[in-house]
Amino acid sequence: MPHRTFFWFILPSALAMLLFIALPIVSVVIQSLYVDHDQVLVVSENCGPFGCTQSTSVDAAATAKLSEAAPLGRFNGLGTYLNRAHLATAEIAQAWRTSGGMAGFLSQVMSLPFYKALSFTVAYTAIVTPLVILFGLAVALGVNGLPRMLKGPTIFVSLLPMIVTPLIGSLILYWMIDADGILGKALQWIFADPALSLKASPTLTWLTLFIYGIWHSTPFAFVVFYAGLQTVPEDTLEAAMIDGASRWERIRYVVVPYMSPLLVFVALIQLMDNFRVFEPIVGFSAQANATSLSYAIYSDLRGDNAQYASAATTSVLTVLGVAILLTPVLIRTWRDFNRKRA
Amino acid sequence: MSIAAQRRSAPLVLISSALVAVWIVVAAFPFLWTLWGSFKVQGDFFSKADWMNALWGTRTIVETGGPFTGAGYEGAWVEQAFWKAALNTGIVVIFTVIISLTLGTLGGYALARSGNRYAFWILMLALVFRAMPHITLVSGYLLPFFEWNLWGHLPTAIIVLVAINQPFTLWMLHSFFLNIPKDLDESAMVDGCTRFQAFRHVIVPVMWPGVITTGLFSFLLAYNDFTVTALLLNQDNQTMIPKIASFLGSTQVEGKVMYAVAAVVSATAPLFVLILFFQRQIVSGLTAGAVKG
Repeated sequence: MPHRTFFWFILPSALAMLLFIALPIVSVVIQSLYVDHDQVLVVSENCGPFGCTQSTSVDAAATAKLSEAAPLGRFNGLGTYLNRAHLATAEIAQAWRTSGGMAGFLSQVMSLPFYKALSFTVAYTAIVTPLVILFGLAVALGVNGLPRMLKGPTIFVSLLPMIVTPLIGSLILYWMIDADGILGKALQWIFADPALSLKASPTLTWLTLFIYGIWHSTPFAFVVFYAGLQTVPEDTLEAAMIDGASRWERIRYVVVPYMSPLLVFVALIQLMDNFRVFEPIVGFSAQANATSLSYAIYSDLRGDNAQYASAATTSVLTVLGVAILLTPVLIRTWRDFNRKRA
Repeated sequence: MSIAAQRRSAPLVLISSALVAVWIVVAAFPFLWTLWGSFKVQGDFFSKADWMNALWGTRTIVETGGPFTGAGYEGAWVEQAFWKAALNTGIVVIFTVIISLTLGTLGGYALARSGNRYAFWILMLALVFRAMPHITLVSGYLLPFFEWNLWGHLPTAIIVLVAINQPFTLWMLHSFFLNIPKDLDESAMVDGCTRFQAFRHVIVPVMWPGVITTGLFSFLLAYNDFTVTALLLNQDNQTMIPKIASFLGSTQVEGKVMYAVAAVVSATAPLFVLILFFQRQIVSGLTAGAVKG
């Protein structure tokens, strides 16, 4: 296809991505370097019969004028990156000096908002992704062995947790695990502890969110693996059987290697999606015990006095995280591409 | 798989059937439970006394006289004007799907037919864009949109959703177009068509299965979106999902939480119907990217 034709075909789509994905990233980087203007203060002197008093007040008109003239705020360099709400370099240095052992240091770091969000996001990604792949594969193997008649309805039911809006899915589970909900009651009964609440402790909240994540994403892995299983060549399986491979060995040495491109695909999509975990935290009202990077940005942006600079800084750091996550994939694809061309 | 390869020992069949059975319950029960509970009063759905009350509707009978009540639905749809949010969602979803498919088919076709190195790079770039958390993009929009008075309107949200949708749409349609033989449009061009005419008269008639599948996923993205619509739309233009989230602010009041439950069930119903009719397309769509990728 000539370059010219290609250009006109791709133009609308490329323009949309450029304007609303590439430019916002630039905009976020710029915003993160500025902070809100300081309020303009006026000192006025009130003189009465008992002498003069000085009072300081905010000059609202002047402040508004200032922010209208320069809506970005004033230039702050990397100040926002280093403050307490983000990388908190000063606080970490302080914690390093004062805390005795590693444990004390870590617990101090974990109480900083950015590191709290980062640790949950990374833990969520690292725990949910492999478990989703494992459960998805197990369910796919199970469904593959079902009679043909049952396969359709099973797939139908399986798609539900994935298709449903994440916020709605998490709300549905949230209501069930409520202390007065059916699962909450069941857990209280199982552990014989009438005061048990999944919302109270950070550990249990984290666990709940992980379980939600697995529930939500397993169908995706299941469907991809199930479709992959349909294409595993029979000959190879039969050959393995004749050579005396047990069922487990056949799965381990024939089916899994055959599906390894699918494993990579599911892992990649899951890494990207789990790293931006956000809606479940809103749905489970879990922000007190677990915040993610995305949630931190959301809570900065929401409300009457949105903190754009702070949100932008967290965004830039999140994008850097995504970049680190994607680098191995991109390098791998680049190598494959070159090998194919060579 | 052949009969021989499928023969398995009894315990194995038992274990794998049990696993599937457990999975079906885990996947379906929350939805059935919430659907059933949405016709009860709060005292039954969140029963302090006995969870069985939610099944028989003990409090519901006491409070409303019957075992089922539509009070939650009435409250959500009429009193809280959920119908308006549903209407907004409809507008956003329809336009997002149409526009993203139009842009995506053109772009995806070009990417599938161009053998140049930059086509590969555009696809890689799209993959990187696909990975961007939506909230980081939204935080980039907010200030400029406020400045230019674009904030709060439905068209703004639609354009943004289209753009966020593009990377995925491009990838998917690109892999569908790769499956359409090159000879088809090339022979049309030999006969004197321009590239666009070949696309319009030869490719468009045969591309619908792929476009419908991609459209389903665009629909899901727009319908399920919370991040963009919650932050970019004003109160009047609110769509369903942010509206449900805003119900939650008022859940402490007796009865209000049932509005949210009813709204959740209402918002899930279209998705349910969608899977009912398009299960095959959804499954093939999920795998299309995988097989090619």
